[in-house]
Amino acid sequence: MSVVTESARHTVVGPAPAHVGNGGRRNIVPGNGRLRTLQRNSPPPGSSAIWVGIAAITMMFAAFTSALVVRQGSGPDWQHIAIPRVLFLNTLLLVASSVSLEVFRRKFSAHRMGPEAEMRLNPRWLYASLVMGMLFVAGQYAAWLQLRREGVYVASNPSSSFFYVLTAAHAVHVIGGLGGLLYLIYLLRSQVLRRTTLDVAATYWHFMGALWVYLLALICVKL
Amino acid sequence: MAKLLAVTILVIAAVSAIPIEEHIWTAPADISTHGPLIDSQMSDTMGETGLCFLAGQFVLALFIWMYSGRGREHRIGRFPGGATGLVIAAFLIVGTEVIALGVLGSKAWAQVYFAPLKPGAMTVEAQAGQFAFYFRYPGPDGKFGPIHPEMISDATENFYGLDTQNDPASKDDIVTAEMAIPVDREIQLWMHSKDLGHSFYVPALRIQQDFVPGLDLSIHFTANKIGKYEIVCTQLCGLGHYNMKAYLEVMSRQDFDAWLKQQAALQ
Amino acid sequence: MHDVRATQEVKHHGPPASFIRKYIFSIDHKVIGRQYYGLGLLAVFVGMGLSWLMRLHLGWTSLAIPGLGWLNPVGAPGGLMTPEYYLQLMTMHGTIMVFFVLTVAPFAAFGNFFLPIQVGAEDMPFPHINMMSFWVTFAAFAVLISSFFFGDGPSLAGWTAYAPLTAVGSIAGPGQGLGQVLWAFSIALFCVGQLLGSLNFIPTTLDLRAKGMTFSRMPQTVWAWFITSCMGLTAFSVLMPACILLIMDHLIGTSFFVPSNLVVSDQLQPHSGGSTLLWQHLFWFFGHPEVYIAIVPAMGIVSHVLITSLRRPLLSWKTIVASMVSLAFLSYMVYGHHMFVSGMNPVSSLVFSFPTLIITIPSTIIVLIWLGSIYQSRLRVNSASLFALGFISMFITGGVSGFFLAQPSLDIMLHATYFVVGHFHFVMAVAAIFGIFSGTYFWFPKMFGRMMNEPLGKLHFWLTFVGVYGIFMPFHYLGLAANVRRYQAFVDDYTTRLVPVHQFSTIFALFTGAAQLIFLYNLIHSRFWGKLATDNPWESTSLEWTTTSPPPYDNFGGRHPIIYHDPYQFGVQTASGTDYIMQDSPEESVSEETRSSS
Repeated sequence: MSVVTESARHTVVGPAPAHVGNGGRRNIVPGNGRLRTLQRNSPPPGSSAIWVGIAAITMMFAAFTSALVVRQGSGPDWQHIAIPRVLFLNTLLLVASSVSLEVFRRKFSAHRMGPEAEMRLNPRWLYASLVMGMLFVAGQYAAWLQLRREGVYVASNPSSSFFYVLTAAHAVHVIGGLGGLLYLIYLLRSQVLRRTTLDVAATYWHFMGALWVYLLALICVKL
Repeated sequence: MAKLLAVTILVIAAVSAIPIEEHIWTAPADISTHGPLIDSQMSDTMGETGLCFLAGQFVLALFIWMYSGRGREHRIGRFPGGATGLVIAAFLIVGTEVIALGVLGSKAWAQVYFAPLKPGAMTVEAQAGQFAFYFRYPGPDGKFGPIHPEMISDATENFYGLDTQNDPASKDDIVTAEMAIPVDREIQLWMHSKDLGHSFYVPALRIQQDFVPGLDLSIHFTANKIGKYEIVCTQLCGLGHYNMKAYLEVMSRQDFDAWLKQQAALQ
Repeated sequence: MHDVRATQEVKHHGPPASFIRKYIFSIDHKVIGRQYYGLGLLAVFVGMGLSWLMRLHLGWTSLAIPGLGWLNPVGAPGGLMTPEYYLQLMTMHGTIMVFFVLTVAPFAAFGNFFLPIQVGAEDMPFPHINMMSFWVTFAAFAVLISSFFFGDGPSLAGWTAYAPLTAVGSIAGPGQGLGQVLWAFSIALFCVGQLLGSLNFIPTTLDLRAKGMTFSRMPQTVWAWFITSCMGLTAFSVLMPACILLIMDHLIGTSFFVPSNLVVSDQLQPHSGGSTLLWQHLFWFFGHPEVYIAIVPAMGIVSHVLITSLRRPLLSWKTIVASMVSLAFLSYMVYGHHMFVSGMNPVSSLVFSFPTLIITIPSTIIVLIWLGSIYQSRLRVNSASLFALGFISMFITGGVSGFFLAQPSLDIMLHATYFVVGHFHFVMAVAAIFGIFSGTYFWFPKMFGRMMNEPLGKLHFWLTFVGVYGIFMPFHYLGLAANVRRYQAFVDDYTTRLVPVHQFSTIFALFTGAAQLIFLYNLIHSRFWGKLATDNPWESTSLEWTTTSPPPYDNFGGRHPIIYHDPYQFGVQTASGTDYIMQDSPEESVSEETRSSS
């Protein structure tokens, strides 16, 4: 039996069937038994879910951004803080960890699809991402320490308040991402890592990098 | 049972309309120059929405009455015009009403907020704090002295934090617990909050405006009827919120001048 | 091991064995749904109890309420409620009702139970995250209730928690110390819990639909839950950071929301430069979509129940879905109508008033489509359909009062009066509760395998329908008479004559509250001793009625349903003699009676 397959995102298309008994309505399966639509190739739910999560996190940082903009305009007491230089090193680390993860992801896909099924996949790119991610978090902490040494604390000034809030909120989500990377490593070593899982985790990790680049720009321009 | 529901809906709708029709509970009578526009907007809106309310409940009741308990022998029908007709009706009816109310309503709003200050306006200040309003008049020099928040103290009754020793403009400021204004004179009211969010509501004056901590804002109005009215706080400010009020006295020109002299002597 | 792409199967989890895995820490969406329902039920009775205390006090302010002094000797010495205690009860009433009843019951409870079944899936895609979502929400409730027992009690600042009252600490009043922090923490947790829920709802709807279940064949409830999840995504993720900033102002001395030079209780506050209006903007950006989050699932339930009760499709299901989507979309643009007289730019007030007026249009369309669908239908009256019809009446009443509040010029008179309280109780609170009741009477057989007592259900409807009109209709008159809200007593000259109206409302409140005990009794009694339910007691078409009552662990007993029809196949003539065709039945209509336009 040949069937017409359509992706999950399209509704029924085609002319209204003219066969007996369906009153011209298009939703009814034709009498000859051919299913007109199938949910064959819907994407795995993880890939939808990760975008749901990304949307939520984006909205949270949008709220912080608008709070920052409003707060800057509401009082004359805004004092620009000196951006700790280590932030730029941290940025490089995070971007590099994204690159490393992407390299690993592509190798993994090639590995799965290629004929060399016995080829052992070298996980060092994945480990590199994990290490650089951990260094990023450590580097963010170093930035906080530096500010504290200069006597700039959370409540010192509205701009410093936002610095700590934005970097801390981001770091918390990065730590969640690190947990995800650890989980990937665990799955890989148990040889049950699926491509979907890797894709989803990579999407999240790249989002963390992109979000940080945005936050860094916001910090440099506004704070 | 369905027919009983239909009747109940009709009865409830009709009974609900009675207090409105009979004007049993109404706002205090209007004493302001901008009030009539607000009041007429209110009654126009009441007329239109009242009609929508009664019509909606009536149709619901009617359909419940007519179409319940029908068996398979009754044909299922399509409402004339179908969904398209209803959507068009919604857009037309509601849309027109919306634009009308929106456009007409903005006139009343504009009169309160966008109309320029009438010439000869008198300036008064209002300060809101837990749980009292205080008012300040600038005195003969026409200037308000600066406020020193660190000097505000209920204990010393320095409600405004004025430094009458060192600030010349503060020396003749008159601080009162009651607000008095002359009738038929434009008043510019500067509002600031001492501590938290409060609001200034005088139903008779058709004025309601929140105090915003950190912001000095002003509104203006003219009262055209002599009498004593209540100012109440409408922004939840703590346990004394329900009791936070002051009196607004609208007086004749002479009475007001006398009152102000009296208050100045009490400073 | 290859990627499972062929069908959208959830990783198989076998049925749980232990009591704890079955009933407490369960990953089965049906159990989670029932847990949420239980939470909502507990919350609504707590919230209602608080409202009884409030209304008793408002009607008879110097009444010593028996037992209250024992319950809280500080808040009500000798049973006489203090002003601060009234406000604390009021704050908890609003917070519990809006979050833990109106968001939990129609969306999290029924959605968790029925969404996977209605799309033909075995479970949600991330059952452990789903379980976490319930327990985080439960923890949020526990944290909120705990504020009754610590320090000087819960926050008294209202569910809207305006700064600086909520940001300066205990100096502003009882409950403003620890109570406020617990409030903010509870709400932040709640937001996280609901976001975890959206993480499941959206992928279920997009990716786990059974074969043949196109978007146009999804029931109205699925559409409603999907739209609500999308709103929740964007709304809750704004409230949570706002609560975090509030907690920071409170505990760490930042000044996000607190400006300089505030003197609270003769003490100059150390904060500087913050913006009070910033809190209001952040809160209402969440707050307005939140009221649609509360009402859209109830609308979906009403549509769903009505179709079965009218024995015909809606005039146009697509129009209803489009209207719900418009409501969701517009809800972000109207939030400033809560701030017309807040001190924001008066031009902004006018700007916000236009979408506020326009948002009436999709609401009106939905009501008109429902009314037009009742026309020449075959309405079957039972508890579920009575509450669905009651919803329409409540929504009309609540909706028209919105016309007043949408105009800034009228808001000058009506802002912060009982008119607003009447409006939102009708259009959101009571309407959504009717949706919850309708859903309960409709779905109880499926959830618990037994029928609810129908005569008791009808009695519950009658008492509640008349009762809520008696409670809340007078609020409009009070508001028009400029009776200010959030007052624990009415001591102004112009309001003392209004006290009898409050007493009238209180009597109805107590009476209506007592009627809910009938519902509680019916729930409990039917749960254990109700008549056993068949698979499809209402002769309905959607997938939940194709499986047993209650459904087996994997929803369909190993069967993978194939969908042939939309859920609107009513009023048809079939070879088997029924007037309906179920979604997974290949049967076709023998002759055509209804013409469904889309």
